[in-house]
Amino acid sequence: MKKSYKIEVDCAACAMKMEEAAKKVAGVKDAGVAFMTQKMSVDFEEGVDVAAVMAEVRKQCKKVESDCEIFL
Amino acid sequence: MNHKQKKMLYRIILSAVLMVIIKLLPLENQYVELALFLVPYLIIGYDILRKAVYGIFHGQVFDENFLMALATVGAMILGEYLEGVAVMLFYQIGELFQSYAVGKSRGNIAKLMDIRPDYANIMQDGKLVQVDPDEIEVGTVIVVQPGEKIPIDGVVTQGVSSLNTSALTGESLPREVREGDEVISGCVNLSGLLNIRTSKPFGESTVTKILDLVENSSMKKSRSENFITRFAKYYTPAVCIGALVLAVLPPLVNLLYGNEADWSKWVIRALTTLVISCPCALVISIPLSFFGGIGGASSRGVLVKGSNYLEALSKTKYVVCDKTGTLTRGVFEVTQIVTSGEITEDELLRLAAYAESYSNHPISKSLKEAYRKPVDTTRVKDVEEISGHGVQAFVDGRCVAAGNAKLMESLMLTCEKPKEAGTQVHVAVDGSYAGYLLISDVVKPNAAAAIAGLKEAGVKQVVMLTGDAKSVAETVAGELGVDVVKSELLPADKVAEVEALLAAKEGKEKLAFVGDGINDAPVLSRADIGIAMGALGSDAAIEAADIVLMDDDPEKIAQAMRISKKTLGIVHQNIVFALAVKFACLAFGAVGYVNMWWAIFADVGVMVLAVLNATRALYVAPSSNATSLSHTNFKTNVKTNRA
Repeated sequence: MKKSYKIEVDCAACAMKMEEAAKKVAGVKDAGVAFMTQKMSVDFEEGVDVAAVMAEVRKQCKKVESDCEIFL
Repeated sequence: MNHKQKKMLYRIILSAVLMVIIKLLPLENQYVELALFLVPYLIIGYDILRKAVYGIFHGQVFDENFLMALATVGAMILGEYLEGVAVMLFYQIGELFQSYAVGKSRGNIAKLMDIRPDYANIMQDGKLVQVDPDEIEVGTVIVVQPGEKIPIDGVVTQGVSSLNTSALTGESLPREVREGDEVISGCVNLSGLLNIRTSKPFGESTVTKILDLVENSSMKKSRSENFITRFAKYYTPAVCIGALVLAVLPPLVNLLYGNEADWSKWVIRALTTLVISCPCALVISIPLSFFGGIGGASSRGVLVKGSNYLEALSKTKYVVCDKTGTLTRGVFEVTQIVTSGEITEDELLRLAAYAESYSNHPISKSLKEAYRKPVDTTRVKDVEEISGHGVQAFVDGRCVAAGNAKLMESLMLTCEKPKEAGTQVHVAVDGSYAGYLLISDVVKPNAAAAIAGLKEAGVKQVVMLTGDAKSVAETVAGELGVDVVKSELLPADKVAEVEALLAAKEGKEKLAFVGDGINDAPVLSRADIGIAMGALGSDAAIEAADIVLMDDDPEKIAQAMRISKKTLGIVHQNIVFALAVKFACLAFGAVGYVNMWWAIFADVGVMVLAVLNATRALYVAPSSNATSLSHTNFKTNVKTNRA
């Protein structure tokens, strides 16, 4: 299942860091961050709790880039 | 400027003013000076310091925040208070400028693609009410006023107007619509009030699909972008280690040889290299170039699904085209009129059109279309359809027989055997042979220019695949300047042909397949780049293709190639330019020719230039011969010969 989220991130390098961090979260099959459109698309594994996974994604992204925001 | 940027601007002004005042104060005590300089330093740099510390704890050690924190703290420790504050200040000015420039370009591109309708009008109790298009159910009648965007795909139930489709197709001529016509969302209603019955929910309407496609395109990263990501991963730590070596090694060597260590000189040089080496210019400008290229292409009606396809397109050496619907119009038209000499071509066409006027056969339709004038059916009498042969009728009292060669044989007439490929309609008037009309698929007026444009853009070989007969295929190919023709192919054969070509091409060369999206999904996905044309409203084609041409103009393929080449050119310019300046400054910095001020200027300056260069990708020159070609009416393709 794929979902896309609005994000706020200041630089392209930070967007890349967010992408890497999101990919490592359990339950995320694949993730992509588009700096230009300020969007994150996440492809979830089957049968995961999307809300819980996204909360973790947000936490991990905040760790690598404290200025970023994901609007859940 | 957004809120964050304004806040940063105030911080910059405040700390700059403080810095200058402190510098002008006659301070004797070093510690007082340090304490005072720490005020503007912390005002301007507190977030960088915080991020740097935070990064160390979360395993993000060698990023730009760390570089800046290290450089400025180092300067402070060495007693270069002014430099420490100034470096941080300039870094923040650079960041602000960059965020402003990137935000501006982002906004420009986004505006270009802003075709998302915000609302839909529906009639409620005799009043027009604006509602969220997402809430409109299929089959609802919506009202679109002049100047508004059509929010949802549907059919016009009332009203006549012209539509501006340029946001979708790049085509500047307005399209006329009236009752019963299908309209697609994203077009702007220009003149009249339209009532439209929706045929799709908002989420599946053309405009939503296109926006999703363009917005998601930056997720598919090109090799250049991946290169930069990988590069930055190794580059930043490498620079940090290099700087450390530069700060420690020469003083130690000095000590070893019994000279003075000169720590402060070498540490300052090391810090200078740290400032120069910030990779922002590359990391920012390259995705921006691709985004600009994709944005520019979409404003011309070319949708590219990812930066990787835009990159691949610039390396395309083989273009394989489907014939029907791609290079030809896919509709049948009268292309030749040959008379036996007794009547004029116009008269022959008129008689054939009248005789066939009662038939719904595609051939009679194309005859009527070629005749162009209304057919007065009262002048046609005693129509007799002879199945498998044609039709016989009395037109203005004359006996007209129109049909194939078998019909002529049954009338004991001998007819011409045309050399050209196509369907022939022979006509006999009052028992004698009058001539024939040739009906065939018509080559698009700019197909030849399109193929010439491809060659100009660096394509080595243009291959045409078709299921048509060999004679038809070769005539068309000769007319257009196609290099290789493969005819009489079944859909499965087309896949095999493409696979053979894919196997034969060399390493980095790419193969693009162009089709109209009907029945060629397997080939579209098999080719390196699948290009579907005339895709407006065809979901299957949008799904299967990597690049989607919104209208059916074959010239757009060459235009897309030019856009991709320009974008890749900009990307390479930026990579080479940024790296060259950085390495040159690094080299000079290491030997002491570049001071901290120049270093920060080089870093910010390079980045700004790279960002400005990247925004060039957005601007696409319109195709040079597009205007002249649009005047060429397809009617000029009708050759009128005398037998």
